[in-house]
Amino acid sequence: MMRLLSAFLAITAVLVIYGLAQSPQGETLWTASRWSPYVCGILIGLLNTLALALVGDKLGASSRYTTAAGYVHRALCGSRDCELDYFEEHPPKIGWGLMLIIGVILGAFLSARLSGDFEFELLPEMFAAAFGDAEALRIITALLGGAVMSFGARMAGGCTSGHGLSGTSLLNLSSWVALLCFFIGGMLVAFMLY
Amino acid sequence: MNSPLFRGRNALRLSGLLIGVGFGFLLQRAGVTQYENLVGQLLLEKWIVVKVMLSAVLVGMVGMRLVVPADSLPGPKNSPRLGSTVIGGLVFGAGFALLGYCPGTAAGAMGQGSMDALIGGLGMVLGGWLYALSSPWLEKQVLETGSFGSQTVHGLFGWTDPWRAVSLVAVCVLLLFLLLEIFGM
Repeated sequence: MMRLLSAFLAITAVLVIYGLAQSPQGETLWTASRWSPYVCGILIGLLNTLALALVGDKLGASSRYTTAAGYVHRALCGSRDCELDYFEEHPPKIGWGLMLIIGVILGAFLSARLSGDFEFELLPEMFAAAFGDAEALRIITALLGGAVMSFGARMAGGCTSGHGLSGTSLLNLSSWVALLCFFIGGMLVAFMLY
Repeated sequence: MNSPLFRGRNALRLSGLLIGVGFGFLLQRAGVTQYENLVGQLLLEKWIVVKVMLSAVLVGMVGMRLVVPADSLPGPKNSPRLGSTVIGGLVFGAGFALLGYCPGTAAGAMGQGSMDALIGGLGMVLGGWLYALSSPWLEKQVLETGSFGSQTVHGLFGWTDPWRAVSLVAVCVLLLFLLLEIFGM
């Protein structure tokens, strides 16, 4: 365990130092806007492996939003007894998973700031190109899409991270089937929209 | 959760935070927190998402099986049923295309300033709450249907050695990557 961690830290240290070397345009690895998708994927796979080795858990995301819902529900309930069966079976807690999602937000922020990619934006260009300056429409599609997606994730037992990255790596058949269905459902609606 | 290094809830939380930072950094760097790349993948125009995901699976398949003894590899939680997986998967996909981010990349997108991802996050909390409300009924009526026959990919083929499945997946993924690169996608 210590060897794995030390190796990981050593590799990270080497990468950080190497990455500070500047290209002729004054850009370093750390300020470059994009890295190869293959390299990123490989490193994500290593992170997932590390997660399993270190804490016995894997990368996942969808359940954390339901955890937040659990906290909201409890706050709304106050002192009344309106606990839902689901939250009794899956009590919300601030654990590894929730911290992971917070980390994702921070890590993406770090990357975007370093490369100059950070920008407050409501309307993605592609959306605006197809639907115009329709901010209300974007808000509606985002809210509705998020709700439907989250609902589906709980039915399927995971999302593109939990099933698509972790479950598939573990060769769980249900995860491969789920991933296939994610894409089929997504493609159908995407082609309808665009 | 039986690692000797991370007893104690705060050490656990810190490790989650740090791994999350790495995950989020890589997602943003790869470009998969961008609406155009995610929806573009569903439209089969941009292939960054598939490249990232399958590269991660290639490494994860091998790595995970090496660092943990075979009998303690986590299987799927709660004995998934075919019905809930397929229906849930399709519903997820539909919502994914509407929002334009998945739960993980939405968090990443929030970090890069995408306000629509933040709204999507609120939607996801709402969706989770709606599921919690409806799940007793839903589970009984709709989801408890069909079975997978096998929990694992190798089981499906009747193989006892998981590494055969790893090889099969690896070959297919590498072939796909080769095709993508040849056709410049």
